[in-house]
Amino acid sequence: MVTITNLHKKFGKNEVLRGVDLNIDQGGIFAILGPNGSGKTTLIKCILGMVLPDAGSISVFDKNIKKNPDYRHKIDYLPQIANFPGNLKVRELIKMIKDLRKPTTEDTRLIELFKLEPFLDKKLGNLSGGTKQKVNIVLTFMFDSPLIILDEPTTGLDPMSLIRLKELIHQEKNKGKTILITSHIMGFVEEVSNEIVFILEGNIYFKGTIPELKEKTGQPDFEHAIASILKENHA
Amino acid sequence: MSKAILFLAAMFMACMAYAQIIEVCPSCKTSTLDQAIGLAKRHDTIIINKGHYKEHNIIIDKPLTIIGKNSPLIDGDLKGEIITIVADSVTIDGLSLINVGNSYTKDYASIRIKNSKQFKISNITLEKLFFGIYIEKSNYGKIHNNTIKGQAVNEFNSGNGIHLWYSNYIDIEDNVVENVRDGIYLEFSNYCNIKNNISSNNLRYGLHFMFSNNDLYQHNLFKNNGAGVAIMFSKQIKMFDNTFKDNWGAASYGMLLKEIYDAEIIGNNFTENTIGINIEGSTRILYKNNNFIKNGWALKVRGACYANTFTNNNFLHNSFDVAYNSKINDNIFDRNFWSNYTGYDLNKDGIGDVPYRPVKLFTYIVNRTPESIVLLRSLFIDIIDFSEKVSPVFTPDNLLDNNPLTKQIKW
Amino acid sequence: MLKILKYSFFDLMRSRWSYVYFAFYLLLGVTLLFLNSDLSKAVITLMNVIIILIPLIGTIFGVMYYYNSKEFTELLLAQPLKRSSIFLGQYFGVAGSLSLSLILGLGIPFVFYGLLNSDAMGEFFLLMATGVSLTFIFTALAFNIALYNENRIKGFGMAILVWLFLAIIYDGIFLMTLTLFSDYPLDKLSLIGSVLNPIDLSRILILLKLDISALMGYTGAIFKQFFGTNWGLAVSTAMMALWVVIPIVGIVLKSKKKDF
Repeated sequence: MVTITNLHKKFGKNEVLRGVDLNIDQGGIFAILGPNGSGKTTLIKCILGMVLPDAGSISVFDKNIKKNPDYRHKIDYLPQIANFPGNLKVRELIKMIKDLRKPTTEDTRLIELFKLEPFLDKKLGNLSGGTKQKVNIVLTFMFDSPLIILDEPTTGLDPMSLIRLKELIHQEKNKGKTILITSHIMGFVEEVSNEIVFILEGNIYFKGTIPELKEKTGQPDFEHAIASILKENHA
Repeated sequence: MSKAILFLAAMFMACMAYAQIIEVCPSCKTSTLDQAIGLAKRHDTIIINKGHYKEHNIIIDKPLTIIGKNSPLIDGDLKGEIITIVADSVTIDGLSLINVGNSYTKDYASIRIKNSKQFKISNITLEKLFFGIYIEKSNYGKIHNNTIKGQAVNEFNSGNGIHLWYSNYIDIEDNVVENVRDGIYLEFSNYCNIKNNISSNNLRYGLHFMFSNNDLYQHNLFKNNGAGVAIMFSKQIKMFDNTFKDNWGAASYGMLLKEIYDAEIIGNNFTENTIGINIEGSTRILYKNNNFIKNGWALKVRGACYANTFTNNNFLHNSFDVAYNSKINDNIFDRNFWSNYTGYDLNKDGIGDVPYRPVKLFTYIVNRTPESIVLLRSLFIDIIDFSEKVSPVFTPDNLLDNNPLTKQIKW
Repeated sequence: MLKILKYSFFDLMRSRWSYVYFAFYLLLGVTLLFLNSDLSKAVITLMNVIIILIPLIGTIFGVMYYYNSKEFTELLLAQPLKRSSIFLGQYFGVAGSLSLSLILGLGIPFVFYGLLNSDAMGEFFLLMATGVSLTFIFTALAFNIALYNENRIKGFGMAILVWLFLAIIYDGIFLMTLTLFSDYPLDKLSLIGSVLNPIDLSRILILLKLDISALMGYTGAIFKQFFGTNWGLAVSTAMMALWVVIPIVGIVLKSKKKDF
């Protein structure tokens, strides 16, 4: 589904990705983990074509993305920080995104799911962070694409919405979609993901299932396993 | 002057009483003007009917009245002068003259008046000419309602439309002069009145005075000439109510003054000329009630100008109001309206509370580096002009209009 | 691109800055015409406003819009849209709304004043045309500056510097060069120098109408040719077009290469 070979990216002197090789198969939920500044978001943005790699190649749906920019129509992306133009109303924003991408009716179901009706006629500038994130989620999931990339999807969500989000992710997975997630909430990752990819200092440190990770680190639970990796590498 | 006209009219009437009339037409017994003049007695009238007459060197040597009916055409066939008047009291009216001879040694004219008095040239059309009407050493004449259309290309082989040399008390009125060298030219000619003429598209000047004094020109239009009017070495000229327009070019002015004294320049309009008035060595001149509108330079003062007064003029939207090439000023600017004035009038008496400084630093810069004109009206220039205005360094610091008017003067 | 243009444009039309800008021009037009009633003077004042203020507002507003609409840009970047169309759409939205404010703000008082049957109409249209061109040029420059500088302070500083340079410093250097080399024939240099800077170029275009009598006072043959014929107008228009096109190409190229 997504094949990355020998990916390098520098920002100025800061070498963020140092030869990443990664292969993600179709179907399932993949969590991309790593400490702050390890290159998770850069990797995702590379896949999306928002950051142009210095070296290496990326193929999505078996096509090199350099020459085939159309692949992005088959990806739904949830950006990390939900920033929206403050002047727009929620309803207008959803309408606009539909206008820019393609028509869909999924939005009504999602709005209902996240109880966004009372906010539809409010300006985005006046919404709380959590509500904005819900809008963000609606915008992402309404297009029904085979690949979904979620960058910190849980930010600012209340427990109720978090449960709904998890359900939503499961539903999408069950449709046979591939989902990439980055998150700092280990509980959430453990709960939803099938496989994890651990990035450290611009390289893939580990790729596999959670039991495999526990086995490798000799730790009984997931959170400690992650912590031990970090400790080991900082010592 | 009006006495002279009255006298002329009286003479004319008296003569008509017993004068004989001779008719000329191509098929008549008298088929040329020359023949008719030979037959005529003093104070006779010759009537020329419509037709094409090939004649040149016609000499009128007695007082005669020659009248063209339906503008007969006299064709000089490029062989020399057409009509020469050497007698007093000659009137020529309603002829068309064409094809004067061309020579580099002789100034051939369509009509030449020599040592005569009381002549009257009116309703004449001149075309294909070298000099048009050439008046030498003749006084008390009237040039009225003639049309002169030349085809001058360069100055050295073209002549003037109406040329006066040592001739006084001449009235030049309601004429149209185009495409010659100088539209109207006066040399050593005094007490002449030049009124209501239109002089345009001439190579050099619309009107040109040399060594001529006490003349008046009024209500004339000078348009699109090399320069509008040039006045040189002359005294006590009155210039009233004329319009100077569209004289564009590197050496183009509405008016050029050089070595002149005690003139009055009142009520004229200078519109869209490269230079409104170019002043060089002139003294005791009164500039009053003139409009300077959209000229490149309204006034360009080149030095040796003393005791001139500029008052009650309108300076409207000129690129430069006044240019001076020296730091010394002996002229008075007072109570003019300057559209570029930015001061205020707190007591509302119609006079600005801050003096106006008509010479800008940029004027000085353009004088030195003419190409810098491309920077006209740029912010940078405005800034340096402002600093010069605050503390003059390069421009005469006593050149001020201390009573700039806040409203355009209407009259 | 057109869809993004539409959204940027309507977004801007609702922001109070457009109203401030519009109100400023409206006030200026009304003041000039109804308190002064001298049309020629109004045209000269307008010229100063157009060649100084429009570039300033264009750059500042362009940079400001870019930084302030970062969220919108990010949202759009997350969608499967072409990058160049995102930025061009925003650019045309900004430049279009600024131009609209200018045309309406000045146009309304002039129409009420009776411009349509006055002889200053040609001059007014020329002013509007140069104003709109300058808006497009300087907004494009602003987008370039903002695309190259992630740091807002740096971006704003650079925008002001660019304006300061083109509006004032350039002319100072230009004048100094002319006076220093005044012993040489300079008519070509002075024409080239003024055609290269869009602010000077607009000024020249207006001078061709306002001060032609003074410009014809200079002897140089090239000058005469430039100012005396339609050649000057043609060259100026072509240069103006180039000044719009080059920064736009810059926006396209930079937006393709940039990481977000």
